[in-house]
Amino acid sequence: MINSPFVRKPASVQSVMLQVLLALLPGIAAYAWFFGPGILVQIALATAAALAGEAAMLAIRGKPKALFLSDLSAIVTAWLIALTFPPIAPWWLTVTGTLLAVVIVKQLYGGLGQNPFNPAMAAFCLMIVAYPALMSQWPAAGQLDARTQLDLIFGGARQIDAITGATPLDALRTALRSAADPASTQHGLRAAQLMDGPAFGLVGGRGGEWVALGYLIGGLWLLQRRIITWHIPAAFCAALFAVAGLLWALKPEGFASPLFHLASGGAMLGAFFILTDPVSGATTARGKLLFAAGAGILTYVIRVFGAYPDGIAFATLLMNICVPLIDMKTQAPVFGHKKD
Amino acid sequence: MLRKLFSFHGGVKPATHKDQSTLDPIAPVPLPERLVIPLHQSVGGQPRPLVQPGERVFKGQRIGAADGSLSSAVHASTSGLVRDIVPAVMPHTSGLTTLSVVIEPDGEDRWGELDKVRFRSTPPDELRDFLRDAGIVGLGGAVFPSHLKLKPGKEGALQTLVINGAECEPFITCDDMLMRERAGDMLKGIIAMRHMLQAREVLIGIEDNKPQAIAAVQAAIAASGETGIEAVAIPTRYPAGGAKQLIRVLTGIEVPHGRRSTDFGVQCFNVGTAYSIFEALELGRPLISRIVTVAGNVDAPRNYEVLIGTPMDHVVRLSGARAGTDRYIMGGPMMGARMPAFDVPVVKATNCILVGSPALFPPPPPEMPCIRCGECAKACPADLAPFEMYWHSRAKNFGKAQEYHLFDCIECGCCSFVCPSHIPLVDYFRFSKSEIWAREREKEAADAARDRFEFKNFRQEREKQEKAEKLAAKAAATREKVGADGAATATASGGAAPAKPSADDAKRALIEAAMEKARQQKAQVQARNTDAADPAVQAEIAAIEARRLASATPPTDSPPSSGA
Ligand code: SF4
Ligand code: SF4
Repeated sequence: MINSPFVRKPASVQSVMLQVLLALLPGIAAYAWFFGPGILVQIALATAAALAGEAAMLAIRGKPKALFLSDLSAIVTAWLIALTFPPIAPWWLTVTGTLLAVVIVKQLYGGLGQNPFNPAMAAFCLMIVAYPALMSQWPAAGQLDARTQLDLIFGGARQIDAITGATPLDALRTALRSAADPASTQHGLRAAQLMDGPAFGLVGGRGGEWVALGYLIGGLWLLQRRIITWHIPAAFCAALFAVAGLLWALKPEGFASPLFHLASGGAMLGAFFILTDPVSGATTARGKLLFAAGAGILTYVIRVFGAYPDGIAFATLLMNICVPLIDMKTQAPVFGHKKD
Repeated sequence: MLRKLFSFHGGVKPATHKDQSTLDPIAPVPLPERLVIPLHQSVGGQPRPLVQPGERVFKGQRIGAADGSLSSAVHASTSGLVRDIVPAVMPHTSGLTTLSVVIEPDGEDRWGELDKVRFRSTPPDELRDFLRDAGIVGLGGAVFPSHLKLKPGKEGALQTLVINGAECEPFITCDDMLMRERAGDMLKGIIAMRHMLQAREVLIGIEDNKPQAIAAVQAAIAASGETGIEAVAIPTRYPAGGAKQLIRVLTGIEVPHGRRSTDFGVQCFNVGTAYSIFEALELGRPLISRIVTVAGNVDAPRNYEVLIGTPMDHVVRLSGARAGTDRYIMGGPMMGARMPAFDVPVVKATNCILVGSPALFPPPPPEMPCIRCGECAKACPADLAPFEMYWHSRAKNFGKAQEYHLFDCIECGCCSFVCPSHIPLVDYFRFSKSEIWAREREKEAADAARDRFEFKNFRQEREKQEKAEKLAAKAAATREKVGADGAATATASGGAAPAKPSADDAKRALIEAAMEKARQQKAQVQARNTDAADPAVQAEIAAIEARRLASATPPTDSPPSSGA
């Protein structure tokens, strides 16, 4: 090195990404425990596809392959895709989604650090628009044995509608809509009663709530390791809790409790692992708060009033679009220019 | 010790490596064969040489006189013969040369006549001149002439005199050892400075990893019986020794970039400067030596009292450079500068010779793209967003970099230190700053040239016009005369009538021709002026100029923070 500083902290992109992967493990373990080994197969598929896609693009772009493959960023994207796609999605769906994320959303925008959109979430949105049915089939906890899951993934069995339902979020929304319909048998039932079924657990979806707890534990560890700051998880959860709580307080029979929203779907994954992606997220402290609060509100709106199983992905992309503006408007005053 | 301390944002905690070089007391250095004393050793003008080759000099004899007020004198560090006054490689990464006085010591180390001063009975102006002529400059590394900072500011009295004994850079221990061994004399220097500044209180900030220094300074304060002077232990966190950061920690005041700290009632000096002021006032000794830490890839890291002008390798030899030494760094590992050669001289700015090797300071891992993780912003003591400045610096979009407060960057290196992508961020900022300065200089030169040309053009135009007018007037006069003559004979035909208009026409035509020519010339010249830079650069220069005017901050007069 020619110029100072001549010393550096032992930090690297690789170690940051590695810690993110480690932090996902508790959630993955709970996922596999409650829902079966399908998720592990999906993770393997996505990882392989991401590395292959990344390697090919690096070769085409003439970038050092070993350096960028070992930064582990593609694997983080792959795992997030596997964790947000249905665990019984056919193999080609996961592979296509992963390739879209790595090749188009990340590499074609310039590779590591250059993508304005979160690659995993962009892939999720593209795939759910293209294959809404396949992207909405979720097994309940313990519903499918390992064999059936493998058959579904690799194309052995194709009776999806018969054996799989929707996510608890989807199920609740459908139930609430029919409860509001005077012609329905469920008419007049309250949200709490609707959530008594086998798909629901203590606070969220059965099984799913434990996965969420796993993500929460991993996320707190990332906080403690200072890989992420508190702003995004806190603002996201607070915003989601606040809107859900407001509507729930106004009309408890028509809306699920705020705790249900926090414990369901991808809320915890989003709060600690998706929205905290530094590349596509806001960078200033105030900006992170705005960015994550916006995502929290949008997530709720899309979940409750939209047609998709979860709102995290679209909320993330919408907020990604706002990042340049948010960052520009939230620059903190510099040394000596603070008004305190 | 119940003083309320403040904190500054960011900062880092690199390994300090300070223990080894504080085991032994400060050691003297045997006279080298040759001293090379650069004339230009402080911020400001280059001193004029006062000696000739072949002349004998005494120790402490002034060999360079301060050039104006923003400058500081230099002296012979020992007695001997002036061999030469030549450009010699200076201790700067660039490897450029600077006019230096080469002295061959005679071995007698004989002092010349020394003037002392009683600071309490000397008028402040005289004291300042005395310190300027004694070559006193900031020894924290900034080498700003101290006499200029010893003015109390608008109010006539200063609230707080901050003495910087933080020494936050790893490896460096010269201030630590100075405080341990010479606290009493240093305090005398501080008392003199306090008198000059009429400061109400004095706070000596020392990082809490130097308990012995803190104890020594406290003991000295107690022994002196002075009140209103306090040695304050501050948390160890780089760059707590940056002047702005230390002022912030001790007083809570943030001095913005480009403002004088005296406007906020504070002034900051390094402990070494305080000691050299003591030597100058009470012993009459100008600044001819300083304490230098030798550390890094050596057998016995230690502090030495080194004569200014001593070749660095002469000092390092005493500590035993180890195998693998590939460079000397002047200063610490965070802000230090790589030396272009091993035998460059020790100067007033040399607080440490850090002996480097690839094992000690390995090259950084390959640079990766920025992942916008914000680590650099978290570490920045100036509250900047380094990755934004990096982004724009990289794109050579210097105007944007400035909007993100590029010039508030103190080049402390914290951002580069923490970046997981191993981006040499500070290098980009140094580069951008120098580019902007270069463009401003270019613009000033272009402005001056244009002004000169326009004046010349204007003068020529005026001369031509005058000439044309004269000519036309003459022509008119002649015509009138002819007309008048003819009128006598041809009044009936009205021959005199067209005479005047035609004279006017001639005059107008001449003037117009002259002006047209001038216009053409001017257009040509303006085109030539823009040759220097392409339109994009021109636009940028204009933008820089606009911002500079808009911000309307006066150029900084406070020294850059030293970080040491
Ligand atoms: S620390 Fe490095 S990678 Fe992180 S934001 Fe700053 S420049 Fe980018
Ligand atoms: S070098 Fe400049 S930008 Fe980097 S941390 Fe220091 S002050 Fe901030």
